[in-house]
Amino acid sequence: MVSLTEDPRRSSEAHGHRAQARKSFFTDTSICIGCKACEVACKEWNRNPQDGDLELLESSYDNTGALGANTWRHVAFVEQDQERIETARESGRQLVDLGMPSVGPPPSSSANGNGTDTKLPDTNEFRWLMSSDVCKHCTHAGCLDVCPTGALYRTEFGTVKVQEDICNGCGTCVGGCPFGVIERRDEGIIRAKTERNQSKYAQEIPNEGTANKCTFCHDRLVDGQTPACAQTCPTTSIKFGEHTDMVSQARERVAQLHQQGMTEARLYGANPNDGVGGTGSVFLLLDEPEVYGLPPDPRVPTKDLPRMYKQTAMAAVGMLAAVGASFVLGGRR
Amino acid sequence: MTTSRHDSHRPPETPRGGKKGRKADDGAREIPVVEKPEFSSYYGRPVVKAPPWGDEIGAYLFLGGLAGGSALLSVGGQLTGKPTLQRNARLTALGAVGLGTAALIHDLGRPERFLYMLRTFKPTSPMSMGTWLLSSFSTAAGVTATVEIDRLTGYRLPLGPGRKLLHGLEGPAELGTSLLGAPLASYTGALLADTAVPTWNAGRDELPYLFASSASLAASGAALVTTPTHQTQPARVLSAVGAIGELASMKIMKKRMHPAEASPLEEGTPGKMLEWAERLTIAGAAGSVLLGGRRTAAVASGLMMLAGSALTRVGILRAGIASAKDPRHTVEPQKARLQKRRAKGVVDDSITTVG
Repeated sequence: MVSLTEDPRRSSEAHGHRAQARKSFFTDTSICIGCKACEVACKEWNRNPQDGDLELLESSYDNTGALGANTWRHVAFVEQDQERIETARESGRQLVDLGMPSVGPPPSSSANGNGTDTKLPDTNEFRWLMSSDVCKHCTHAGCLDVCPTGALYRTEFGTVKVQEDICNGCGTCVGGCPFGVIERRDEGIIRAKTERNQSKYAQEIPNEGTANKCTFCHDRLVDGQTPACAQTCPTTSIKFGEHTDMVSQARERVAQLHQQGMTEARLYGANPNDGVGGTGSVFLLLDEPEVYGLPPDPRVPTKDLPRMYKQTAMAAVGMLAAVGASFVLGGRR
Repeated sequence: MTTSRHDSHRPPETPRGGKKGRKADDGAREIPVVEKPEFSSYYGRPVVKAPPWGDEIGAYLFLGGLAGGSALLSVGGQLTGKPTLQRNARLTALGAVGLGTAALIHDLGRPERFLYMLRTFKPTSPMSMGTWLLSSFSTAAGVTATVEIDRLTGYRLPLGPGRKLLHGLEGPAELGTSLLGAPLASYTGALLADTAVPTWNAGRDELPYLFASSASLAASGAALVTTPTHQTQPARVLSAVGAIGELASMKIMKKRMHPAEASPLEEGTPGKMLEWAERLTIAGAAGSVLLGGRRTAAVASGLMMLAGSALTRVGILRAGIASAKDPRHTVEPQKARLQKRRAKGVVDDSITTVG
């Protein structure tokens, strides 16, 4: 059947000589320290309004909640006990046993390459998972496919971005995203109280009523800069670069961790055959994706759209036939 | 959450939560992670987001279907010599599509930009296809209904020289509404299904049929309400067909879904709405078939069918939104299908890999 998903290569080529190699993030959560500098840098650079009411969410150190219209980086915190560590280690080992694209030979550059000890301290009693989540900039982006105005587009860097002056806030993209990333900026915005309007805390809310999400710092990329989150990350947990480099770095890193006995390590989004054609934000996770709030088997809905159109057409024909039959039967009586 | 040998020295924990003023729907107060090994989530927070669609969209789903179905009835009335049915159905179609479009525009985040929908023609987006369908249908329905009103008022509409043109366009416009009416009623199934919202997406093979049936039901209901009984025989037959189609597609849809995808259709307010929709559909269709020959009974059954159809649409809309709010509906079916593929030996299409 014909495919109706957007072809990212063709979209990038449409940029002509400005087209560049696809840019990506690789977020290595094994070295994330949960400092949230990425969240802050993102908010600052993109001037995103306040999200929520500054309340404590009672979810470890995560008081941000989730990605949304005003939050484009979100650091997840998960506390786990010994039993759960064992489960995660076992589930990672099972991935290897499944005979999936497997852990290759140890890369030469890894294993204490330059004398520094890259082995993570192993605490058996408990651990803290920290992971900076972001828009996945999918190869087959659901949001982009279903956008009726063409506001969402593939940039010259292979990323997915909203044109705020074109989006009319229909909200279709919100449902189109298998990761729950993009959102319309209208609900839950905290406005300064009228009496505080003159205060320095009063906020201007840009692009109200339109869909908002991570732009991959498009404005920085065109200037040859690194996205704000990657630039600020103090541990290089957030890496930025060309897509192929990011994926190979991710593969090297997961092999290294497996060698060190951390079989819980796994990649998320590095497989071009998955339901979204691989993501432009690759993650190294230390447990099942759903533990971090990520879907375990996302699938871009547009993949099934030809079939849905077929059903729609057949339903329409059926309806025509039903009305026709009704007039034949109803006329006779 | 942690376990260590120092735990015994800690003071007893006070129960958490109980603060007021928190949004009820953010799920932040759910049970902590990893209670049950078969299903874990991030503090019970949603994995996917539902579109910000209020009941206006539910109303549009209903009105668009009503308009499409009515257009077909008016064409049937034309072909079989039922002028009152034809006239009333044409007026219903224009009224419904007009109100529906207004509801649609009102629900936009930036209503003043509604025309931006027509910037592109984009087959990958059911919303785009639907917009083109809706605008072409409305134009055609506008012509036929205006002609009808002109006739009704004894050619007193201030149309000037445009009258001749408008009446000349009646035939082509009618052809247009007859071709576009049915797709207008069924495309909304694809519109909802082409999302990551678990319950809608899982109904992708049945929603178009469900919506087309529901539209037939609504259109015949409107005809029963507006038109004298001697011209509503076809509408009465259609109400039976529509009701059977609707009940059957709903049943098949629920059966094919993963239990976690089907449960939002049965729980809470959406569940109640769909339950009542079913009752009204059965009662209305039965009344229409058995007692539709009497005017008052026909009006009562027509109203029941209209209400049933409207409740079906709003119920499905809200059930989907509810299914996005609880990660269970997303994670469980996804894990199940992943496991199923792995059991079959397909291991190359997982988003999680080890190298």
